[in-house]
Amino acid sequence: MEQAKIAELQKKAIQIRLDILEEVFNAASGHPGGSMSIADVLTYLYFVELRIDPKNPKWEDRDRFVLSKGHTAPGLYAALAERGFFPTEDLKTFRRVDSYLQGHPDMKGVPGVDMSSGSLGLGISTACGMALSGKIYNKDYRVYTALGDGEIAEGQVWEAAMFASHYKLDNLCAFVDFNGLQIDGAITDVMNSTPIDEKFEAFGWHVITINGHDFNEIEKAVEEAKTVKGKPTMILCKTVKGKGVSFMENKAGWHGKAPNAEEYEQAVNELKAQL
Amino acid sequence: MADKIATREAYGNALAELGEKYDFIVFDADLAEATKTITFKKKFPDRHFDCGIAEGNMISVAAGVAATGKIPFVSTFAMFAAGRGFEQVRNSIGYPHLNVKIGATHGGISVGEDGATHQCNEDFATMRSIPGMTVICPADAVEARAVVEAAILHDGPMYMRFGRFAVPTLFDKDTYKFEIGKGVQMADGTDVTIVANGLMVEQALIAKDLLANEGISARVINMATIKPIDTEILVKAAKETGAIVTAEEHSVIGGLGSAVCEALAEVYPVPVKKVGVQDAFGRSGKVPPLLEMYGLTAANIVAKAKEAISMK
Repeated sequence: MEQAKIAELQKKAIQIRLDILEEVFNAASGHPGGSMSIADVLTYLYFVELRIDPKNPKWEDRDRFVLSKGHTAPGLYAALAERGFFPTEDLKTFRRVDSYLQGHPDMKGVPGVDMSSGSLGLGISTACGMALSGKIYNKDYRVYTALGDGEIAEGQVWEAAMFASHYKLDNLCAFVDFNGLQIDGAITDVMNSTPIDEKFEAFGWHVITINGHDFNEIEKAVEEAKTVKGKPTMILCKTVKGKGVSFMENKAGWHGKAPNAEEYEQAVNELKAQL
Repeated sequence: MADKIATREAYGNALAELGEKYDFIVFDADLAEATKTITFKKKFPDRHFDCGIAEGNMISVAAGVAATGKIPFVSTFAMFAAGRGFEQVRNSIGYPHLNVKIGATHGGISVGEDGATHQCNEDFATMRSIPGMTVICPADAVEARAVVEAAILHDGPMYMRFGRFAVPTLFDKDTYKFEIGKGVQMADGTDVTIVANGLMVEQALIAKDLLANEGISARVINMATIKPIDTEILVKAAKETGAIVTAEEHSVIGGLGSAVCEALAEVYPVPVKKVGVQDAFGRSGKVPPLLEMYGLTAANIVAKAKEAISMK
């Protein structure tokens, strides 16, 4: 990827992180940690990869994205708003009783959200359904989904992993946001899901491990996934929870907590300094 | 009456027949021989997808298919669709109001010998509680076929419960018209109304004759649609007969009886007695003695009808 393009995406990703903070600060609740760790993948998908049209969010032939780790809706909403699906000003209404921006993604109410999600483990199955439908009805769209590394403890994830492999869903590409932390602590302490790559390989997936904050690596992996035939691809993204804000980075405590006014100001200043 | 046929059999036949006319796909979870989606699979192998023994995934996969604008049916036993799969039905299908058709077979205790783990007497209750979900339990093969076609034409999530046990055909296939949310009066009467669905409709009709022998005039309503419940036909029956008996192959908690009570209590309360499984699990056995043991009989409907009348 050209340096200029990388710089542009990095700038976009910082804006998305600023949006995430604005959302959770105004809501005084929400999930910043995992939103920040998946922000670069979301930036790449919504500003480079996905075949979508913000003016026609229900376009039949669009690529699909399912946020299986639905609690990181602030990241998804930020990407959708920045991409033009709805006004960025609306982000500050996140989680408010009069807002359409529900705490977890709601496909009925939010333009650009392809599937309602939030109950962990269900999203990857719905993505499988979209991919299977594409195969049955000869559509050339691709389906992407993002899972949390804690989420993959859900048994249904492995039902879906088996299904995607069995039906050779090579139009499906899943990201695992491997930031190593879940609500109760390190995934290796709470419920050790590692080695994630070997597990998905054993389930018949093509697995690529990357730095989930490096746009070159994200691009290379997404392009490689498109060339893989007869099996789905898992892109295991090594990431930093709370990425971009010093006091949030690698802290499980920032999984589902909003910053106070002082913390918010510091976080915004840190991110703006990176612009 | 024609030969007996299980509504699951009619379901499979309907899928195979209607597959020629309509564009839909069918999922099953390693039970195609039992749910009878095998009949569809034989005719349309490219449109039938086995998900293995993984019902939760199957239900969410179907939601994903529906999100692309296509119509999926999902089939497994009622226990695993409405029980194990409750959360997937609620969150993947119900919350986004996706156009998935759940064809659940082996509802109620007429599963027979397999026993309690496979006898779902709670599916009306769980499925009815999901906002926007339509819940239907047909009484015979003719109605089952009509329900499948109505499901295809209806835009929205639907739960259909079919039975394993062969039942007589009550309706005329050439003249019967099914409408979602509409009860069907099968016999008029003035002293009491029996509201039934599924295999209890046959018992309701027998009970009506038994009551007639004792000089009691019973109205019979087939209430295939449990949700949305037909309040109009219920209120009319309440006003004109003054007492109601419900009869269902389901727990008396949360099913047809509850839906009838909820509807009438708000508009026109009259005595209601409920025939159904009395807050208990099923057990293994042949179907006729099981139905007898759990009180799912015409004789019990007669007894409850008299009780309801005495409460007027």
